[in-house]
Amino acid sequence: MSHRIKAFLALLTVALPLTAFSQDTLTLPAPPQEVQAFDTPNDNGHSIAIRWKLSADDGAGANSVTMYEILRAESPEGEFVSRGVVAAGTSTYDDRGDKNTNRPNYFPSGTNFYYKIRAKAGELSSDSEVAGPASAKGQWYHTGKTVVLIFMGIFMIFVLIFIRQAQKGKELYVRPIGGIAAVDEAIGRATEMGRPILYVMGLGAPNDIASIASYTILSRIAKKTAEYQTPILVPCNDPIMMSIAQETVRTAYLDAGRPDAYKEENIYFVTSMQFAYVAAVNGIMLREKTATNFYLGKFFAESLILAETGSIAGSIQISGTDEVAQIPFFVAATDYTLIGEELYAASAYLGREPLLLGTLKAQDWAKGLIMVLLIGGALAATLHWDFFVKLFSVKV
Amino acid sequence: MRQQLPLTIIFVIGVFMALQYFVPHQSSEFIYEYALDWVIIIGVFAMALGLWSLFLVHFAKIQKKSAGWGYSTIAILGLVYMLIAGALWGIEEGSPFMKIFWYIYTPIQATMFALLAFYIASAAYRAFRVRNILSTILLSAALLLMLRLIPIGPLSGPIQDIDRWILGVPNLAAKRAIIIGVGLGIVATAIKVVLGIERSYLGKD
Repeated sequence: MSHRIKAFLALLTVALPLTAFSQDTLTLPAPPQEVQAFDTPNDNGHSIAIRWKLSADDGAGANSVTMYEILRAESPEGEFVSRGVVAAGTSTYDDRGDKNTNRPNYFPSGTNFYYKIRAKAGELSSDSEVAGPASAKGQWYHTGKTVVLIFMGIFMIFVLIFIRQAQKGKELYVRPIGGIAAVDEAIGRATEMGRPILYVMGLGAPNDIASIASYTILSRIAKKTAEYQTPILVPCNDPIMMSIAQETVRTAYLDAGRPDAYKEENIYFVTSMQFAYVAAVNGIMLREKTATNFYLGKFFAESLILAETGSIAGSIQISGTDEVAQIPFFVAATDYTLIGEELYAASAYLGREPLLLGTLKAQDWAKGLIMVLLIGGALAATLHWDFFVKLFSVKV
Repeated sequence: MRQQLPLTIIFVIGVFMALQYFVPHQSSEFIYEYALDWVIIIGVFAMALGLWSLFLVHFAKIQKKSAGWGYSTIAILGLVYMLIAGALWGIEEGSPFMKIFWYIYTPIQATMFALLAFYIASAAYRAFRVRNILSTILLSAALLLMLRLIPIGPLSGPIQDIDRWILGVPNLAAKRAIIIGVGLGIVATAIKVVLGIERSYLGKD
């Protein structure tokens, strides 16, 4: 075979597949179908949802579609601008923007928009029909949170029923909690030893519910310390918490008939930095030789350092937090621990007021209801009753 | 009146915040964010109160020569230095303010955090002492979980399986139980405060 023939055959071997490839890529992808644009439900009114049927060449046919581009205009004939891209196989897009007019990505509420979807296959693309008009509107009720609303309603009903029962004078039994029962003993010990009590509200924000629970417990404890004439030290990590704690303790001393014994300088701001706060509180424990330490509120990595120092100093310690990760540390290093919800129940236990005990009973009934639902959920999952799971789904 | 006014404010704001969760409309968002901005504004003003409190407490300690008054002197000097350094030379990298922050404050903070390792060891020693059946179970579970991190040949496989079960079944069940309880406790506390059932922090009428 001559060299010329060999060269011709070699050329054919290379050129034929190339020709076939360019024929493939030159074919336009099928456009997406049935494009719908509508106001995104349950939002603040700055988003439009777009749905479409995938191109026939996406995952099937020529399988050439690599992505979809979402285009928007203010009129069907207007200039369409790109709003985003999604990968092949995706048939939804939420065109959302900012609610602030001074932001570059501002999305106006109430303006009509038209959309089309561009299927792209390399350099080639084909557009869908124009969909619209659609305008964004804010909703006044989030339908995805109905389950939460129903449960809140049920819980409120429980609370009201038990409060009513308590008001009628019905004796409500609440199980004793070791940590709360020990509060009197702990304050008494400090009084006998003539040493102060340390109350730490944790490193939560002033508006955390754990901090709010801590203020209510502080109020009860401060009233007792006022009666026993035992000083209470409250080092705070937040100036707002300091102000609240000062008012709470002042009021408690007033209620106990000992306003003269109240010392504002015992409730003070230390620092808002985590480990600097720990260092300061540890120093207080060791210098003031506090007989009793309360750690009630929100705690993080500092929980064990505080509790261990108190343990080494020989203080009786009562702790309580809703931070699940810190509970084991407190259990290991303090004498009594209020686990999770017990922190929220402590004020009711200490006050023994019927109305407050009523809310505790309501919590127990709500827990009973949740236990029944958990068992029902486990059975439903085992039997593949998907409707049961969907019944409780919450869309945030 | 001393109680009625704060209780009314708490009720109105509390009910609004609860309803706001169910209203996605931008008007609701606007009021919510406006309220949150107020928290920041109050926080800034409260910081002045905090600084004043800090100064008074330490100044009193120095005056009375109380235990550890030397530390109080350092605290006040540090406070004054950082205020002046920040005001005069700013807080850019390399400024006197940032030098103190990086070369004194940060190492001290890291040292405090590092202490945690030693405290974990001493707390673990107390927690894992074999005293009764429960602490024995705790010790066994802890040992298995620690062994998971060590390559021990053919035993690694079964230990991994046991540990996965411990973490995924009893541990997770207990965690979820606590989380559900905490969730209910949060709602109950919020209801008590908003409805004025819990008013111990306001004192008697």
